[in-house]
Amino acid sequence: MDLLAIPRLIWELVRYLFEVLPDLLPIILALATPLALGALCGVLCERSGVVNIGIEGIMLMAAFFGYLTGFTLHDTLGTPVAVSLGIGVAVLTGAVLGLLHAWLTVSVRADQIIAGTMMNIAAFGVTGYLNRLIITPSGRGGAGVIQPFHLPEQLASLPLIGPILAMFLDQGPIAMSVIIFVLVTQLALFRTRWGLRTRAVGEHPKAADTVGINVFRQRYMNVIAGCAIAGLAGAYLTLESTGSFQNGMTGGRGFIALAAVIFGRWTPIGSFLGALLFGTATALGIVVNVHPAAGDLGGLMKSIPTFWYAALPYLITIVILAGVVGRSTPPAADGIPYAKEGKT
Amino acid sequence: MRRVRATLAPTWAVASIPVYSIVLAFAVAAIVVIVSSAFTETGFDPLLPLKAYGSLFAGAFGSGNGIANTLVAAAPLMFGGLAVGLGLKAGLFNIGVAGQFLVGAFAAAVTGSSLANAPTIVGAPLAILAGAAAGAAYGFIPGYLKARTGAHEVVTTIMLNNAAVLLLTWAVNDLVRAPGFSFPRTGDIGQSALPILAGRNLHLGIAFAVSSIFVIRWVLDRTTLGFEIRTVGANPNAARYAGMRPVFITALTMTLSGLLAGLAGAIQMLGVIGFYAPGITASVGFDSIAVALLGRSDPIGILFAAVLFGAFRAGAPLMQIETSVPIEVIDIIQALVILFLAADLVVRRVFRVRAPKVEITEMATVTGSWGGTPPASAAR
Amino acid sequence: MSENTPVLEMRGITKRFPTGTLANDAIDLDLKEREIHALLGENGAGKTTLMNILYGLVTPDEGEIRIDGAPVTIHDPADAIRRGIGMVHQHFMLVPVLTVAENVVLGQEITAVGGILDMTAAERRIRDLADRLAFSVDPRARVDQLSLGQQQRVEILKAIYRGARILVLDEPTAVLTPQETHEIFDVLRRLREEGTSIIFISHKLDEVLDIADRITVIRRGKVVGSRRPAATNESELAELMVGRAVSLRVDRGQSHPGQVILEVAGLRALDDRRHEVVRGVDLTVRAGEIVGIAGVGGNGQDELVEGIVGLRKPIAGAIRLAGRDMTRLSVDARRDLGIAYVPADRQRFGLVLPYRLPDNFVLTRYAEAPYASGLGGFVRQDRPIRSEAGRLAKEFDVRTSSLDVPAATLSGGNQQKVVVAREFRHDLKALIIDQPTRGLDVGSIEFIHRQIIQRRDAGVAVLLVSAELDEVLDLSDRILVMYRGRVVGSFTAAEAQREKVGLLMATGEARP
Repeated sequence: MDLLAIPRLIWELVRYLFEVLPDLLPIILALATPLALGALCGVLCERSGVVNIGIEGIMLMAAFFGYLTGFTLHDTLGTPVAVSLGIGVAVLTGAVLGLLHAWLTVSVRADQIIAGTMMNIAAFGVTGYLNRLIITPSGRGGAGVIQPFHLPEQLASLPLIGPILAMFLDQGPIAMSVIIFVLVTQLALFRTRWGLRTRAVGEHPKAADTVGINVFRQRYMNVIAGCAIAGLAGAYLTLESTGSFQNGMTGGRGFIALAAVIFGRWTPIGSFLGALLFGTATALGIVVNVHPAAGDLGGLMKSIPTFWYAALPYLITIVILAGVVGRSTPPAADGIPYAKEGKT
Repeated sequence: MRRVRATLAPTWAVASIPVYSIVLAFAVAAIVVIVSSAFTETGFDPLLPLKAYGSLFAGAFGSGNGIANTLVAAAPLMFGGLAVGLGLKAGLFNIGVAGQFLVGAFAAAVTGSSLANAPTIVGAPLAILAGAAAGAAYGFIPGYLKARTGAHEVVTTIMLNNAAVLLLTWAVNDLVRAPGFSFPRTGDIGQSALPILAGRNLHLGIAFAVSSIFVIRWVLDRTTLGFEIRTVGANPNAARYAGMRPVFITALTMTLSGLLAGLAGAIQMLGVIGFYAPGITASVGFDSIAVALLGRSDPIGILFAAVLFGAFRAGAPLMQIETSVPIEVIDIIQALVILFLAADLVVRRVFRVRAPKVEITEMATVTGSWGGTPPASAAR
Repeated sequence: MSENTPVLEMRGITKRFPTGTLANDAIDLDLKEREIHALLGENGAGKTTLMNILYGLVTPDEGEIRIDGAPVTIHDPADAIRRGIGMVHQHFMLVPVLTVAENVVLGQEITAVGGILDMTAAERRIRDLADRLAFSVDPRARVDQLSLGQQQRVEILKAIYRGARILVLDEPTAVLTPQETHEIFDVLRRLREEGTSIIFISHKLDEVLDIADRITVIRRGKVVGSRRPAATNESELAELMVGRAVSLRVDRGQSHPGQVILEVAGLRALDDRRHEVVRGVDLTVRAGEIVGIAGVGGNGQDELVEGIVGLRKPIAGAIRLAGRDMTRLSVDARRDLGIAYVPADRQRFGLVLPYRLPDNFVLTRYAEAPYASGLGGFVRQDRPIRSEAGRLAKEFDVRTSSLDVPAATLSGGNQQKVVVAREFRHDLKALIIDQPTRGLDVGSIEFIHRQIIQRRDAGVAVLLVSAELDEVLDLSDRILVMYRGRVVGSFTAAEAQREKVGLLMATGEARP
């Protein structure tokens, strides 16, 4: 192997990435959407002091119930209405499960990791059970999907911004709303009264209590709101991205979202960037199959067994977690249930 | 009679909450079953849970075959429950049992099939060893990462679970695919299979599992290693102060935990399945968590909990055949059991339990390390 | 309301905790307008509980509270704040990562439309308030960057911002240097002029005599007396506090130092955030002497001690025990050489609270014979462990119903006795003790001080670190002062004077 081979390969890699960028970006945005929404859930919960590892389960249940709604109603009400109702049901599912998690962690003061694990196991159980009971026997088709917007031709053909806009707006509404949610949450967390109280409650709940803030209420609000957003992520999976439900289709996204939270130092924008990073890892694996590279680079890429590409997001999560954790500090009271002393 | 009551009282104090949790879980699951029956083709049936539970227990205990099936299902759960329970003792939450189980099963399958014609006394132990080693290696990775970098095992083990499925699928397809079969799989294990002790399928693995329970119990209660593991879980700071090495103990415990989970895979492979093919699922993964929590991380508790969940898994197919209630109801019951164990306040109020709370105190260490301070950062 | 109506009256306050402790027993207390009223008592006497009741954190079983003559019920801190009661807790209730301004306004934020914070207005208010009290503060500073004295002023600002007329301070000077204590007393006097009435909780007799207009002494949950400072003195107050004639100073006796046992040379170490906090420390401790390190918490003492003992790896320097270089040795190897360590935080480091007493008594020797046998000490031996536990419990007067209870059920004093019993062995060369009597009652304090002196007289080299300057001055034969990671002063017991040492502690300089 001559010495010039490596720089040449790197150059080819760079050129390849530029070449596939138009294909790559929409895939990245699509893959990052559930991760980013799940990560927002993690940020909201943990900033107020509640660890929630059940994001995976909440996404899955919301995905299922949203799908079930669309599936049952799309014959009678037409696809757009059914799907919209489905999204509503998914978000509601998320909120209800958030209420359950909040009750367990804040009022009952059960261990937060066990509570999250229970949520995950329950989700697999309930969705598998109902899937087998109700959906599979009927043999009917999918729930229908939200039709993505399409940019009018005139705008799409504008030089430079046209394609970029098209790429961004050709996503569905949930995907487009991600950036809005991220910005709003960032603003709210650091510039509003609610955000200040949330951060206080997550860092030093006793201090907040002594100035008259209701720690329990603050945590309940955050967890329910966060889990509603996680519900939206679930809706995305079955009602915007695919049009069907498979057992366990969340595939670890809820946990990758948690890694994105840690990577992003528990900030909305940071965790969004983390979601993009993980989305890129998965996207690369897909693009390489769909749009293979030419020449030596192509040969090299083909010789890597496919499992490495499929496993890339999981492996990258581990690497990032190992590198980043411990360098960023979580909210000080994260994971610690709050108990008032001495009240009879 | 009063004497008997008095001696059993402390055991009951510990066991009451788990027992009541199971009862309550069945009750709530019954409601789910009744309500969801309204959406099925057979229609609303308020007696469905009774019929379903009846089938479930008939399938598990109603016959010699049933009991054998229960024990066969319980064997890997004992190993899996020990894996999670041992981890918990050190303040680690090993959700990676599923992945460690699969690599253990795979290693046992490959070793077993290459020794298929060797005498059982050679093939079986070597295959078991291979499974244990593979599981140990797969447990070492998250253990080392947690010890060195603080990366929380709850996330890393789930990632490794997913990666294991992909890795092994590729391995079976491209590396060790046995010729002559219509689908990708490893070869026959032949004589490496575990000998049958009784009936049609009650294999040696159950004896191995039960003895492991007692070995682990001895290690935890009577040895200095066990003391170190428990101290790291109860108070990692005090452990360092006492001269223990939490970094080493953390990595070692996860490795041992992975080893146990690998053994679960090995005996399941050598005793029941016989070959590895993509698509083998490991419900053992989540089941082991429920078993460990139900057994309060205590080996004897885990023994009983494993038999109970083995009964559920063994009886569920009959239940699904006879009453059409999906086997996933066991997952729902499992989640409910964990819910009631975690929210034992509810159980206490419903059943008016006055016994003091028996907590798994090490959970504080598990959750406390979420943000990622490695156990021995100052001493490096 | 007449001139003479007290601003605050607490009548017949009784509180019994679920554990059975009678924290407050029919306590009567009143506070006049523009008065600084000190509440004096030792640790555990019930002062904090009484104030927690006033602040709404605890509900009393019996009793009545009146403000300006009218009876009130205080349900929670928000209620107390509304009624004009402000509290500065012993452990600051400040959120470390938030700024001064954010901490002060938390709960009563100044907002614009939509709940958006108006921090500029907040900062202005805070600057105004601080000016009135004649001290300066940077509202934008993060609280964890401030000194403890500054943090305390932020706590006071919090209370004034909320319009407190009654200000309660719980052990405010526990973490301050003598200079900072003078400064805070000036602030309190200014507050009194401005119309605030103050309750000042403390166990420090001299401070209470300095600042208070009236002193009420509480012992074991009951009020035992009320005095004006001019009409009393330290001995009388001490006797009221403890219930018997108390010798305020333990008799240290004469020390007979022998060979150099512990040497630390040029030690440098980082804290958990990788800042250098030990910046080149040299010290020696001889057999049969007590060397005390005085210093405000956070100047590197804890990290120094951890470095000596092996819990923290230094970045430079050497540590020797009886001539033997220990720098590369592990914690247990150093222990084997004859060094013992009583850590500052007994619950986090010294004990495993869920474990029963026998395991705690042998925690640091669990792998040694006879507590373990077999290859490498693999198998534990219960009988020797239990018998040692029984012996130690008796010798060190650990009060417990049985050995088989978790350490968590013991009182603070008894828990510390377990740690001390375990560490104060008879074959020691050196003993390192950090905060030996924090949070303990007078009886336990006396006991442990006596034990320390006994060890010294038996020839052990003792290194003592304490935030209580009096404890250091009482016990030490030689005193070192640590400031910002260096030893800035060294005195013999005879040379050491409170003011000199205090100045070094506060500023690192011998002259103001």
